[in-house]
Amino acid sequence: MPTILSVANLSKTYAPRPPRQAAFEALKNVNLDIQRGEIFALLGPNGAGKTTLISIVCGIVTASSGKVTVDGFDNVTQYREARSRIGLVPQELHTDAFESVWKTISFSRGLWGLPPNPAHIEKVMRDLSLWDKKDNRVMTLSGGMKRRLMIAKALAHEPNILFLDEPTAGVDVELRKDMWNLVRGLRASGVTIILTTHYIQEAEEMADRVGIITKGELILVEQKAALMEKLGSKQLALHLASKLDAIPASLSAYKLSLAAGGTDLVYEYDTKGERTGITALLQDVAAAGIRFKDVETKESSLEEIFVGLLREPRP
Amino acid sequence: MTAAMNVQAVKSIYRFEMSRWFRTVGQSVLSPVISTSLYFIVFGAAIGSLMQDIGGVAYGSFLVPGLVMLMLLTQSVSNASFGIYFPKFTGTIYEILSAPVSFVEIVLGYVGAAATKSVLLGFIIMATATLFVPVEIQHPLWMLTFLVLTALTFSLLGFIIGIWADGFEKLSLVPTLIITPLTFLGGSFYSIEMLPEPWQTLTLFNPVVYLISGFRWSFYGISDVGVGVSLGMTLFFLGLCLAVVARIFATGYRLKS
Ligand SMILES: Nc1ncnc2c1ncn2[C@@H]1O[C@H](COP(=O)(O)OP(=O)(O)OP(=O)(O)O)[C@@H](O)[C@H]1O
Ligand SMILES: [Mg+2]
Repeated sequence: MPTILSVANLSKTYAPRPPRQAAFEALKNVNLDIQRGEIFALLGPNGAGKTTLISIVCGIVTASSGKVTVDGFDNVTQYREARSRIGLVPQELHTDAFESVWKTISFSRGLWGLPPNPAHIEKVMRDLSLWDKKDNRVMTLSGGMKRRLMIAKALAHEPNILFLDEPTAGVDVELRKDMWNLVRGLRASGVTIILTTHYIQEAEEMADRVGIITKGELILVEQKAALMEKLGSKQLALHLASKLDAIPASLSAYKLSLAAGGTDLVYEYDTKGERTGITALLQDVAAAGIRFKDVETKESSLEEIFVGLLREPRP
Repeated sequence: MTAAMNVQAVKSIYRFEMSRWFRTVGQSVLSPVISTSLYFIVFGAAIGSLMQDIGGVAYGSFLVPGLVMLMLLTQSVSNASFGIYFPKFTGTIYEILSAPVSFVEIVLGYVGAAATKSVLLGFIIMATATLFVPVEIQHPLWMLTFLVLTALTFSLLGFIIGIWADGFEKLSLVPTLIITPLTFLGGSFYSIEMLPEPWQTLTLFNPVVYLISGFRWSFYGISDVGVGVSLGMTLFFLGLCLAVVARIFATGYRLKS
């Protein structure tokens, strides 16, 4: 798939503001290529640099060094071409309290240089269930509605690339599902989507690829499926017929633990490994005279992978 | 979208700003109209009757161009500074910064709207003045030229202040500390010939003198300094403000980190 967005050697050091604030290195030599039509999830803890990265691509923050290319256009020297392709839904809800919903959304379209198109604005508003609020003042909207308004503003100018900076923060479960569907629908219509989130579940559900950023460094970019396979460990739980007080010495070679008060024997193994050791384990368990009623396997979620990665000390 | 100029964006910003003004047009127009009326009652009717004519013009009529300028300057600065400060304050500036618009377009939209409001207000105040004193406009085209140029220049200045300000106090600091004194001392209420030396010479360093003088000439054909000098100085200040704004956008000063 062709690249639609390319970030090369991007660094950002926020200038110091004496006396209170020292200089801060928020991004360290980030390289990232986004493929046309994919959904890319940027995951990372608070303060990792996600918003900074997005803000540089969109032209809100100036990079200290590095280069951003949008659909072949440099985002500094050819900012018109670059920015006209991008829609941004920022993390914070910045809105004009006194304007009407309709005017606020139409304003965004005009700002991007597009001629008025009431039919398109109406469609966007209907898709986001904002239509019945079109004449309301923005200040009368609830938090979740404001979030949708921000999305409507970004979609009003028909972007090819959509940035969603924590789109589902403060959004209820129902609405979150709606939003995921909306994002899938957008992707189906050819829009490339880059989202940041704290909800691993969201990345797992939505993304084709996942990037993990921490302390300004993009430490990993991987197909979601490959990531889960590569880093995932699986657990095999044996539900025992009778309670076990301790793991017999004959099984000490295995990575075993007791759970559920001694009625579960849990074996952790690596799916990366050539052999999982399951066959041998089961034979040795039988030889030790342990009987089990049932077996169960569990795959680690992206969340567990994520936490594991961040815990790992980096060179 | 590769057009040389994003005209649609300029229109959008302009309309947005104008609609913000019209939403509160009562307050926006009423307070300047009330304060000019007060000036006419106090200085024109009460004190003015004791004053001699200046250059053959009755004091009440002499006041009109000065008062229009006073309102024009303060309203241009406050409208334009608020117009750009507000999106910074609420955070909606993110959208302007991420849109495919150049600084020229941003300035045209915001400053154009602020200047339009000031010019409209100028007309309203002139109309108000005719209720109190006779007003004559000898050179209407020049009057309009000075009106528009001054509104533009001081809207630009307001725009710069709005970008520089990082709190509401700073927004009103420059107007009260600089603009109002310069206007009061710039011959709004008197001819600078009435000042003793060295004040008469010192006053020539006050840019507002040139604006008021040129503007008053377009009304009554009397001026403190030559009309050409007035026009030249007005254009010079306009250019200066433009240069500062261009510099702000080139460096991203206080708009981008
Ligand atoms: N304008 C600024 N000036 C100075 N430092 C800043 C500025 N903006 C962000 N930072 C710092 O840069 C770092 C990265 O911030 P950023 O907002 O990019 O993080 P994030 O990954 O989006 O976090 P979150 O998940 O909380 O939104 C933080 O340590 C933050 O304090
Ligand atoms: Mg963030």
